[in-house]
Amino acid sequence: MTSRSRIPFYFAILLLIAAGVSIAVWRHVELRIPWFTGEQQPVWMVEARVDFTGTGEPVLASMNIPDQPPGFRIISEQAASPGYGFSIVEDSGERRAEWSKRDVSGAQTLYFKVQLVPDEQIKPDKPRQRPKPEPAFWEEPQATAVEELLQQAAARSSTPESMTRELIKLLQPDGNAQNTTLLVANDNYINLLNRMLNHAGIPARTADGLALEDARRRQQLRPFLQIYDGDKWLTFNPRTAEQGLPENVLLWRQAATSLLDVVGGDDSEVSFSMLRQTVPALQLAQAQSAENGLGFLSLYQLPIEEQGMFRMLLLLPLGALVVAFMRIVVGIRTSGTFMPILIAVAFVQTTLIPGLIAFLSVVAIGLLMRGYLSSLNLLLVSRISALIILVIFITAGLSIAGYQMGFNTGMTVTFFPMVIIAWTIERMSILWEEEGAREVFVQGAGSLFVAVCAFLLMSAPLAEHLTFNFPELHLVVLGLILLMGQYTGYKLSELRRFHPMKAYD
Amino acid sequence: MGWISPFKLNQLGMLNMNRRNVDYIARYNSRASYPLVDNKLKTKLVVAEYDVRTPRLLQVVRQQHEIPHFREMAEDLTGFAIKPAKGSGGKGITVVTGRDGDEYIKASGARVPSAYLERHLSNILAGLYSLAGTPDVAVVENLVESIPGLAKYSFQGVPDIRIVVFQGYPVMAMLRLATKASDGKANLHQGAVGVGLNIANGHGLNAVQFNRPITLHPDTGLALENIVIEDWQEMLVMASRCYEATGLGYMGVDLVVDVNEGPLLLELNARPGLAIQMANGRGLLPRLRQIEAIRKPHFTPEERAAFAMETFTSRR
Repeated sequence: MTSRSRIPFYFAILLLIAAGVSIAVWRHVELRIPWFTGEQQPVWMVEARVDFTGTGEPVLASMNIPDQPPGFRIISEQAASPGYGFSIVEDSGERRAEWSKRDVSGAQTLYFKVQLVPDEQIKPDKPRQRPKPEPAFWEEPQATAVEELLQQAAARSSTPESMTRELIKLLQPDGNAQNTTLLVANDNYINLLNRMLNHAGIPARTADGLALEDARRRQQLRPFLQIYDGDKWLTFNPRTAEQGLPENVLLWRQAATSLLDVVGGDDSEVSFSMLRQTVPALQLAQAQSAENGLGFLSLYQLPIEEQGMFRMLLLLPLGALVVAFMRIVVGIRTSGTFMPILIAVAFVQTTLIPGLIAFLSVVAIGLLMRGYLSSLNLLLVSRISALIILVIFITAGLSIAGYQMGFNTGMTVTFFPMVIIAWTIERMSILWEEEGAREVFVQGAGSLFVAVCAFLLMSAPLAEHLTFNFPELHLVVLGLILLMGQYTGYKLSELRRFHPMKAYD
Repeated sequence: MGWISPFKLNQLGMLNMNRRNVDYIARYNSRASYPLVDNKLKTKLVVAEYDVRTPRLLQVVRQQHEIPHFREMAEDLTGFAIKPAKGSGGKGITVVTGRDGDEYIKASGARVPSAYLERHLSNILAGLYSLAGTPDVAVVENLVESIPGLAKYSFQGVPDIRIVVFQGYPVMAMLRLATKASDGKANLHQGAVGVGLNIANGHGLNAVQFNRPITLHPDTGLALENIVIEDWQEMLVMASRCYEATGLGYMGVDLVVDVNEGPLLLELNARPGLAIQMANGRGLLPRLRQIEAIRKPHFTPEERAAFAMETFTSRR
């Protein structure tokens, strides 16, 4: 018989491990599931407050709300306004929040809250239609002044960006006087800039930004100038000509429409307050998984109860890995191949020390009772069945006794799998009769040692986090277990077992 | 507390558990043949076709309701052995050497009532000793009486000879002697003595107990290096025949020498242990590789046994 080549096998293992790791990395990048527990992410909570006075007529209040603000990701939006109908309307590339109510009189306050995460990678989509410069008409003498200024700016620039920068510089009060003073009045500066750029054939618009600072109230929007360079909208500070959006500035309004329209109300105004919060990165990822296309790959969509169950189930492969390692590479003997995993799972519920005490006392009492059962000369099946019932009695007894004595931990005994314990007792008892007490202790201690190792691994917060949030990492565990299945080297225990062979060297 | 380095073990050619399982058992033993060796009843029947003799079958207890009749059957017997057909590692084997009134005398000398044997039979049927806990049948065999030349070395119990057969070639052998510590059982990990045997001539080599080299039997005090197995070639041929009978490429053949019937096959083992290497003081791997390297295998058991005797000569 020829030995089959193992190369395809190792290749498949490599593929398996690579697949597990790469899916995990992909999901980490796409869904932003953190690698470690306790990772925090800052979140800005911005609240827009709309105040107006009702005049007794039906009211329709409509406010522009952020739509793909550069540098931020919106994770939630909500409105708080009792008695109002509310909806978010998307219309020709802009998003508006609309409140409506039939009879409104007196002072009214509407709230709109949005949660945002800073994210450098967020860029607005390309506009579906290429923006066109809007024609502007000027009367004399402004028309001449505009033409002159635009010519000066054009002469000093080569691109729409540089043109914009130069124009802003020219329009500053300390610039070359006449034309500027003629054009600029206090309140029309940004509008003027906008119209002049459009006049020069550069699509431009004004956007409203909000400087985010922790725990500020009653903030107002600041205007920014945006021009379209043929590919994307560029943002400028209209006073300093500084290009780009300063850090922590949220562009609340990027469309050409008004910020707030109130029909049926007077004295309307908007003010903003904001708060910086930190949210566990994991929670954020879970909240967003539903929206993301990759979300279907995660367990967050399941009902909470099932999620809890999977949390436990997904730890089992780690236990299996420990058992495989301990048996194949270290060579520890255990009673029952996977009994240690089940005991370890029970330890996860009970915590280690109470679990160990409870387990040892149940098995010890069970062994005593089994001694009596064996003298009854029963058939195997009924003996095991009787043992299961006895084990349940023992656990109930321990729970009650523990509770009466004030140890609540006594009750955790119930987490142990009864049937497994019954079988363990039966096997131990047979082992005792056949091989002697020593073998019982060797195997019992081996099982407990492996169970404790599995427990320590399974109860590590990182293990639980990774197994549940990156279930694909189990492909790696599977690969490792398969690899171990091919391990033909000496076990650690064999180095000891075969040591007398030294004599024959 | 001693340790040996893996490199030294490798140098000695020691076969280890993982390699045995992956490279030999999994590769050379077809799963379909396992029932033949895991069930002693089937083994008996199949090897009979290849002229390998086994202890005489007295009775098979298959059903719980047959147990009460066991006593009637056992009435005329002096010595017998009760074995679970699917037992492993000698588990569940009870040897009765004689009677004293209503009580039976076990090999250890203990007296037990017939209720004890009935409970034992019941346990066997329920599958307590079977490999996967599956329901089993109990096989009652004639008691093997060892030839005095070997029996004198053993403390109670029947000495048996384990021969590892690889692809039909006997590659290593040892004699297992029961001790007080092993409770009259020829089971090495329970404390029986293992004596390595020279494949070439059946002469004793080294001896171990509890994995430690010894020179004298701990209970009988006899020097173990003087052991010589008679009819050695015949036993090797017998072991070699079992390959044809079962098709298992890597197995352990357990033989006994009965005073009346000569060499008998006790049982086959598809997962023979590694302790035989300690008893021989040498590793199995070089021999296994030597067999694997044979281009033209020998066809008859006689040729294979002769080849092995020629090739695997051990010097002390």
